[in-house]
Amino acid sequence: MANLIAGIGTTHTPAIGAAIDNGKTDQPYWKPLFAGYPKAREWMAETKPDVAIIVYNDHASAFSLDIIPTFVVGVAEQFAPADEGYGPRRVPAVEGHPELAWHLVESLIFDEFDITIANDLPVDHGLTVPLSITCGQPDAWPMKVIPLAVNVIQYPQPTGRRCFNLGKAIRKAVDSFDEDLNVVIFGTGGMSHQLQGERAGLINSEFDVAFLDDLTRDVGRLTDIGHTEYLRESGSEGIELIMWLIMRGALGDDAKEIYRHYHVPASNSGAGLIVLEDA
Amino acid sequence: MKNDYDNIPGTYVFDGRQNRKGYHLNMFCMSLNEEANRDAFRANPSAYLDRFPLTAEQREAIEEREWLRMLHLGGNIYYTFKLAAFDGLSMQGIGGQMSGMTEDEFRHMMVAGGRSIEGNRYKSEGQ
Repeated sequence: MANLIAGIGTTHTPAIGAAIDNGKTDQPYWKPLFAGYPKAREWMAETKPDVAIIVYNDHASAFSLDIIPTFVVGVAEQFAPADEGYGPRRVPAVEGHPELAWHLVESLIFDEFDITIANDLPVDHGLTVPLSITCGQPDAWPMKVIPLAVNVIQYPQPTGRRCFNLGKAIRKAVDSFDEDLNVVIFGTGGMSHQLQGERAGLINSEFDVAFLDDLTRDVGRLTDIGHTEYLRESGSEGIELIMWLIMRGALGDDAKEIYRHYHVPASNSGAGLIVLEDA
Repeated sequence: MKNDYDNIPGTYVFDGRQNRKGYHLNMFCMSLNEEANRDAFRANPSAYLDRFPLTAEQREAIEEREWLRMLHLGGNIYYTFKLAAFDGLSMQGIGGQMSGMTEDEFRHMMVAGGRSIEGNRYKSEGQ
């Protein structure tokens, strides 16, 4: 049986990937952020998951305004780093797990989550930066990856509650997969940030820290947060946090926080990292 | 249709209205994901823009690199940022331009904790 053992919530800010790729992590601007990563990397190295389901969003890389799917599962053998307009990141290709991915698709659709299925899915910083944050710079990523892309760019995004319930359905699917695998799930993006308009640069640390707290203390408050509250309180791009609720939904009620780090700023974002183990 | 997010200051929610307005502008930006298109745009910007049915205003906003005006005309930041990256600009650079600050001022504001949420929740809080 497959086991869903843990969830990781992390920012996926592209500048974090660029700082790693260009060897800038020791610079004074970046040092306090990267000081928070070794512990999570040690945890990842000790935990050695076989598969990571990475919940992320595509930033006009694989999908454009032509077709805007709400939830997408990548079922391919391999996913190439995307060219986002300035050449692909020079990171290893992402190896998929088609058997588990197709099992997820079947289980989720029978559970009434109408997933879009993707074979050709170049993956952008939304997926590769979380791998860099938690695995560093290996020659090959140490686990197989199932990309799960969520529309968070086009309003209306799925609700936080819908995302949480999708997480529960993912848990059910993983639990019913008959191969011995240790699986972790990433919820990525956020935390508070606004990239656009006269309010660009907005950060709401209080909102972010309360969000981190309530992933274990009061998940019900988080699933009640609606679109306008995210837009107003966490900035127009802070609504990416709904993806953390998919991760949280996949864990049991009593999931335990084992590590967290929070730092402002990473580029224009409040940067959060949390590791939750299933209880 | 009125929306309950309309009273958030300095924020252009990318809803259906914005999508309809900005479809071609955004798809022009999207096209810069391909190196051959970046080369063609660099070689002859005007001829390259002719490929997209932009409004005169959108075309001018692109040519003049008016980042805030692009949002007014339906641009989405993840798309318009591709044009900014094409120019070698950073998110702090265009963040500053959209909010009336220099890149340095914007960067300092971020290092100091970012733009505060206090006073920035409702348009009615502005001066």
